[in-house]
Amino acid sequence: MSGTETVLETGEVDQISGPLVVASGMEGVQMYEVVEVGPERLVGEVIKVVVDRATIQVYEHTGGLRPGMEVQRTGRALSLQLGPGLLGSIYDGVQHPLEVLRREVGSFITRGAKAPPLDPERKWDFEPVVEVGQELRAGQVFGKVQETPSIEHRLLVPPQLSGRVLDISPAGRRAVRENVCAIESEDGTRHDLSMVQLWPSRRPRPFGRRLGIVRPLITGQRVLDTFFPLARGGTAAVPGDFGTGKTIVQQQLAKWSDADVVVFVGCGERGNEMTDVLRQFPQMQDPRSGRSLMERTVLIANTSNMPVAAREVSIYTGITVAEYYRDMGYDVALMADSTSRWAEALREVSGRLEEMPAEEGFPAYLSTRLAQFYERAGVVETLGGEEGSVSIVGAVSPPAGDFSEPVTQHTTRFTRCFWALDRELAYARHFPAVSWVASYSEYAEELADWWEAFAPDWAELRREALNVLQEEERLQEIVKLVGPDVLPDSQRMVLEAAELLKNGFLQQNAFDEVDTYCDPEKQAFLLRAIVTFYRRARDIIARGAPVMRMRELGIVQRLSRARFTIRNGDKEALQDLMQDLTEQLDEVEAHYR
Amino acid sequence: MILDRPVQYVGLDRMEGPLIFVSGVHDVGYDELVEVRDEQGGERLGTVLEVSRDTAVVQVLEGTTGLSNRNTRVRFTGRPVCIRVGREMLGRSFDGLARPVDGAPPPLRGELRDIHGQPINPAARDYPREFVQTGMSILDGSNSLVRGQKLPIFSGAGLPHNRLAAQIVRQATLPGEETRFAVILAAMGVKNDVAQFFRRSFEDSGVLSRVTLFLSPADAPGVERLMAPRAALTLAEHLAFELDMHVLVVLTDMTNYCDALREIASARGEVPARKGYPGYLYSDLASIYERAGRLKESRGSITLMPILTMPADDISHPVADLTGYITEGQVVCKRELHQKGIYPPVAGLPSLSRLMKDGVGEGHTREDHMAIAAQLFAAYARAEDVRSLASVIGEEELSPLDKTYLHFADAFEQKYVSQGEYENRSIEETLERAWQVAGVLPRSELTQLSEAHIERYYQRQAPERGQPPQRA
Repeated sequence: MSGTETVLETGEVDQISGPLVVASGMEGVQMYEVVEVGPERLVGEVIKVVVDRATIQVYEHTGGLRPGMEVQRTGRALSLQLGPGLLGSIYDGVQHPLEVLRREVGSFITRGAKAPPLDPERKWDFEPVVEVGQELRAGQVFGKVQETPSIEHRLLVPPQLSGRVLDISPAGRRAVRENVCAIESEDGTRHDLSMVQLWPSRRPRPFGRRLGIVRPLITGQRVLDTFFPLARGGTAAVPGDFGTGKTIVQQQLAKWSDADVVVFVGCGERGNEMTDVLRQFPQMQDPRSGRSLMERTVLIANTSNMPVAAREVSIYTGITVAEYYRDMGYDVALMADSTSRWAEALREVSGRLEEMPAEEGFPAYLSTRLAQFYERAGVVETLGGEEGSVSIVGAVSPPAGDFSEPVTQHTTRFTRCFWALDRELAYARHFPAVSWVASYSEYAEELADWWEAFAPDWAELRREALNVLQEEERLQEIVKLVGPDVLPDSQRMVLEAAELLKNGFLQQNAFDEVDTYCDPEKQAFLLRAIVTFYRRARDIIARGAPVMRMRELGIVQRLSRARFTIRNGDKEALQDLMQDLTEQLDEVEAHYR
Repeated sequence: MILDRPVQYVGLDRMEGPLIFVSGVHDVGYDELVEVRDEQGGERLGTVLEVSRDTAVVQVLEGTTGLSNRNTRVRFTGRPVCIRVGREMLGRSFDGLARPVDGAPPPLRGELRDIHGQPINPAARDYPREFVQTGMSILDGSNSLVRGQKLPIFSGAGLPHNRLAAQIVRQATLPGEETRFAVILAAMGVKNDVAQFFRRSFEDSGVLSRVTLFLSPADAPGVERLMAPRAALTLAEHLAFELDMHVLVVLTDMTNYCDALREIASARGEVPARKGYPGYLYSDLASIYERAGRLKESRGSITLMPILTMPADDISHPVADLTGYITEGQVVCKRELHQKGIYPPVAGLPSLSRLMKDGVGEGHTREDHMAIAAQLFAAYARAEDVRSLASVIGEEELSPLDKTYLHFADAFEQKYVSQGEYENRSIEETLERAWQVAGVLPRSELTQLSEAHIERYYQRQAPERGQPPQRA
């Protein structure tokens, strides 16, 4: 990163319009180079160059800037500092540490205020894992640090560097900026490595090769895991009108998904939502490690009232941090709430650049940008030979809940899971309001093997349950016109079964201690119980029993309450439920032989 | 200030809508305050929207009517639009730029503050969870307001949203904390009599001394409307975060504000997004709404209640839509209820308070609050379905249970939602009414309530006279 020091020329501000500044005298400036504008040294990024004039998007409020002010070049791209200390932190879109800024400059974001993203004073227990003389490739581990009790931070040889270890620090307490390792590359140059890597935010981090999708990302949310599963390394979109529970879904995923590290990007959303996360996560336990959730979480918060240009970068900041932990061999999940606000930031900047708009004022490159973002998800073999993954869940906020708008439409082209949130369901307080009609997952087939290892009938149960729900949707059309009484009992049983699925399976109470997370075994079991009930009830009705008889069975209440009453891992209770079900149905069946 | 920057530019290049273009300028900063003097010597204010080496684009806050491009004098002040804020502003009325309109002189003391404020650091926010009693059942019981929340009222032309807002302001005081309580009303583009209505209503209830009005009536220039909510919030921030007061800010009518923004955007020739509104409408609204909240380092709070009228009652209109994405819920007024004579005509289903879950229940209101609210909600949703079914097949054809749901819906609207404009119900009374309404339903229908709650509060209500007896 260092290289020889060259004196970089400075330019001058020519024009200011909103977050955009045009500067002249910028010969030789690179695209996406970082510059500092004016006496307060506001950070900006070059997004367009015409001869010696550069257009700069500035990440802070530009009020008071004047033509003639100095623009200082830095010669580097907008970069992140990656190293121990990321976990548990909250950053804005350009990696300003918000907690540190709060302590230093107060409750409001003062422009020009800067602080190092990683605490330079803090000492970490460094532990070397290589010896002098050892050959190292890019991406291999040279040392480690217990970053939080849940996550071991593996210090990697930066991409594009390989060679022989010249020097390695002994175990001990080190600050992030101290050199802990030196490597001699093939051409004989010495490279000193500290615990921090600089990496350009917009550039994907390299990896060995892509691996196939084999495992689901378990979220503990029944409607998602069972009906519309997301693969580890996969991509999902969550479109939903306001008030449909997008944020709760995202927060539930951040809490319960079985990723090792979670990056939560609050992009152009409410400030109080980030506060809510900051308030809840430290107190909540990771169901697997029993540790605080904050120990595995990085928060990127660029709320709606913070500068719009920084909002555009926040998505890249998030995904780069995610890739960094992936490169250590971790499974990382990134939640972005909301990609629509990010797209709007693109639109705002594009409008000021007077670019030719495509649909609804969005720039024509919207779909390319979305594709580039979602393509950074995947399961990979890292440069160091480990397996790691990044899964992306992007919330979409379609105006007026209209899924035909450009951001939703383009997003569906690059995501393979579509969790559509439905206003009608939300109005009926059916949460999560994931529509089983409009949602889909292209991963269901690929993941069937994983589920069938412990639930051999999984694919079949799932199909049958979905059929019931679809059939019910159709029957409801009739019911709306003429009422349910005219339907034959066999069809009314479909309505009953669908009701049971909705109450006992699809709905999930995020605020209930037991129901908030449902492990895969319990999911498969509950589904099997409900489908079994339906199958047998249908047969008994075919033999002449009235549907009322089925509805009155005590087991119906029990099935719909089981999500609250049976704890995860309580196999006995599940068996007991199934036995009760069999007995009650046996008894009715005996009457209609 | 004026002595610092004596340069005056005479004459304009171009005028278009509210914008003027001044050329040959030197050392002008983006977003700074501009003084524009017309031929008659009248002074107007403006801000710099765009500046290059020799041209500045200025939006004139009072409008450009009567400006000539020959004799207009323009002075750049070198500072952003600032207003003077202080406690003395309570009990007074100002225009959108914080100039007095009540005949009294401008406040002399006070702090000079940039009207745009600075964004709150998300890490510095404190999560709002203090219940505010408004004395209205449909709000307190089902859509509770929390101190520091931003909860808009979505309404339509001709609906009593102003009366609703005035009632909330009258009743939303925490007993014993009156001295720490202030109300700021910014009226943008509303008719003069609406402004008068608010003033009178505050006067009658004796809260006027704790109220500041920022009035930018319909006949004021469009651009002034853009400043009024910001002036209101600048004062609110001072009172809340520096003087530890609880401030309720009412902004009416945000639709007028957005239309003014659209007017400027189109005069600048910007690429429009939806319905001609600029692409940054969301960010612009957020820069207003997100100023509400609480801080860890202050005991005060800003609770924000924007009122907007949805054109043609369309909740998908950009103004309502984008507002809903930023605010923490919404209170939706429904014409049908208003026509039935129900006040407040707050629709049960689309209304929502996102922060309710953390502000009610044990330690805040009562332990059964959230559960009974969810129960009423679910039952009302079902009752609405039954109503639409009844409109197709007729009430006679409904099953007995469905008929009970119809009774429930009526009871919900008449006994729970409906109340007098000067009726101030305690939260206990509201919850009592909620259980009475739930009592219309048989016990087996109360799926959202726990056994313990039912045991403690449920009482089956006898069917009302004049209605057919129910077979439960």
